[in-house]
Amino acid sequence: MADAAAVSAREWRRPAAEGWARAAGAERVREFEGVRGAVQACSADSRNDLIDTDFGMIISIASGKGGTGKTTVATNLARSVGFDVQLLDCDVEEPNAHLFIHPSFEETEPVFIPVPKVDESQCTFCGKCAEICQFKAIAVVNETVLVFEELCHSCGGCRVVCPQGAIREGRRKLGDIQKGHHNAIECIYGRLRVGEAMSPPLIKKVRSYQNPEKLTIIDAPPGTSCPVIASMKEADFVVLVTEPTPFGLHDLKLAVGAVQALNIPCGLVVNRSDMGDNSVREYAQQKGLSILMEIPFNRKIAVAYSRGQMLVDVLPEWKDKFLGLYNQIELLAKH
Amino acid sequence: MKELIIISGKGGTGKTSLIAAFASLAHNKVLCDADVDAADLHLIMAPNIVRRADFISGHTAVIDTGQCSQCGKCLDLCRFGAISDEYNVNPLDCEGCGVCVYYCPEKAIEFPENTCGEWFRSDTRFGPMVHARLAIAAENSGKLVTLVRQESKKLANEKNLNLIFTDGPPGVGCPVIAAIGGASAVLVVAEPTISGVHDMQRVVQLTGHFKVPAMVCVNKFDLNPDQTRNIENFAKNEGLSAVGRIPFDPIFTKAMVQGRTIIEYNGESKAGQAVKAIWHTLSRKLGL
Repeated sequence: MADAAAVSAREWRRPAAEGWARAAGAERVREFEGVRGAVQACSADSRNDLIDTDFGMIISIASGKGGTGKTTVATNLARSVGFDVQLLDCDVEEPNAHLFIHPSFEETEPVFIPVPKVDESQCTFCGKCAEICQFKAIAVVNETVLVFEELCHSCGGCRVVCPQGAIREGRRKLGDIQKGHHNAIECIYGRLRVGEAMSPPLIKKVRSYQNPEKLTIIDAPPGTSCPVIASMKEADFVVLVTEPTPFGLHDLKLAVGAVQALNIPCGLVVNRSDMGDNSVREYAQQKGLSILMEIPFNRKIAVAYSRGQMLVDVLPEWKDKFLGLYNQIELLAKH
Repeated sequence: MKELIIISGKGGTGKTSLIAAFASLAHNKVLCDADVDAADLHLIMAPNIVRRADFISGHTAVIDTGQCSQCGKCLDLCRFGAISDEYNVNPLDCEGCGVCVYYCPEKAIEFPENTCGEWFRSDTRFGPMVHARLAIAAENSGKLVTLVRQESKKLANEKNLNLIFTDGPPGVGCPVIAAIGGASAVLVVAEPTISGVHDMQRVVQLTGHFKVPAMVCVNKFDLNPDQTRNIENFAKNEGLSAVGRIPFDPIFTKAMVQGRTIIEYNGESKAGQAVKAIWHTLSRKLGL
């Protein structure tokens, strides 16, 4: 079994999509590659090639606080750039970008991760699998092996350690990926199965479809923990969308910390910029963060948003502003 | 003891402002901020920290390059791509599974525990509060949510309080699942937008999946009365009560800027009265 891992390890830099396409297959070696592919969705190697061109840039739209307008910025930016663009909705817990883009969906793909299946007829109940598992996902009680699939992180340790070869890998469904188009926008999003806890592997899977030939805009989930990191990692630029309120500022500081931990250049968009106070602007100035755009509160915008209409459709003068936002990002990302 | 959790699916619908407002209306309760990823309740509650403790959870592999013979075993086994060709572990990629540690023939891999944040017991003008701060980019937010909920229950028992208000996280994933399991009731705060309806439906499904009783209220209902009706009809079809509507009102932001609840800021405003009415219904439904 260790040999199987060794074979795949030499190939672990192969493109993720290719690896994952096989993940559903039964063969063990390929499952291993599949997981690697997902986790390695965007390797540093492939990214370095991108920066040299104007096309392959990856812009991640994030925020600490929820509801600040990430999806508004991501979708309007995608609509305004005027060339082929990928919009990846990595807020897989609550994906919303498609509600505004209205892509015609061409493909739905279920996404799985491996979980252990124990053949008790071969098992000697030695307990090594339970010993290696850090996540309490497998337990040996008397002459029974209990697998708690929802706790499994798919590390494969139990399968590798089993002296009897009694553990093979089955799968647990994480959710689905939908792919579609609307004009120049290729829209790909993940939808976490309701009841499933682990979103990062699904996010990585969505990102495995990044096309280095195109500009990629990522709509990230709120917060600052693992799903957000998975949505910002190896981006060329992060746009942090915030609002000028105490909650907005507090969560912005956390988000800036996360972006800095990843060493990615970032800039701010201040939404509902005329509600609240001046503290976000003061903080930006203090930290040398550029405010790339301000969107004032406008009931017309809020009502249009509630209906699923896009800002640039309701107020077409915003198209130039979003194009300006893109141009600023392009400059900042390269320095 | 009753534990009410506020969640929303979509972020920014007003969970924290609402729970803060309830805090100024209810008696004998413990406040719990379970949105550990981006905790904000303390900005209104101005807690006085009484006790602080580290949140320790999980492990990260660390390779001692002096001991390492570069055999490649760990590279072969790691499914998370966390080990570089130079045999360094990227802590952001390390899942903490320990498979490399177990198999390293040189015993060159340490496996220290992670300090993933901290949690607090505090006093506020509205009673005791348990809150936390997840370290930036840390994992295990679900475990920290579980911890703050357990500590809130302990605190309520110690102080003989019969109610816990918990501010939950957005989304439907790991931290939300940890926040709602075993709760007396969940209040879903929805906003009448196309995303708000979509996200509310998923989070209501989640409460059904875990069999937690749920209720729904609509914030900023007047921005789109049609969507408000959609939300309320959906709730009714799912067998949930719709417990009220709050109008769009800039006093939510004004109160927040002053670090006050909207009841403290202006309880007689339209939004203030709507929140009072919702609390009245909730307390009846919770049997308080």
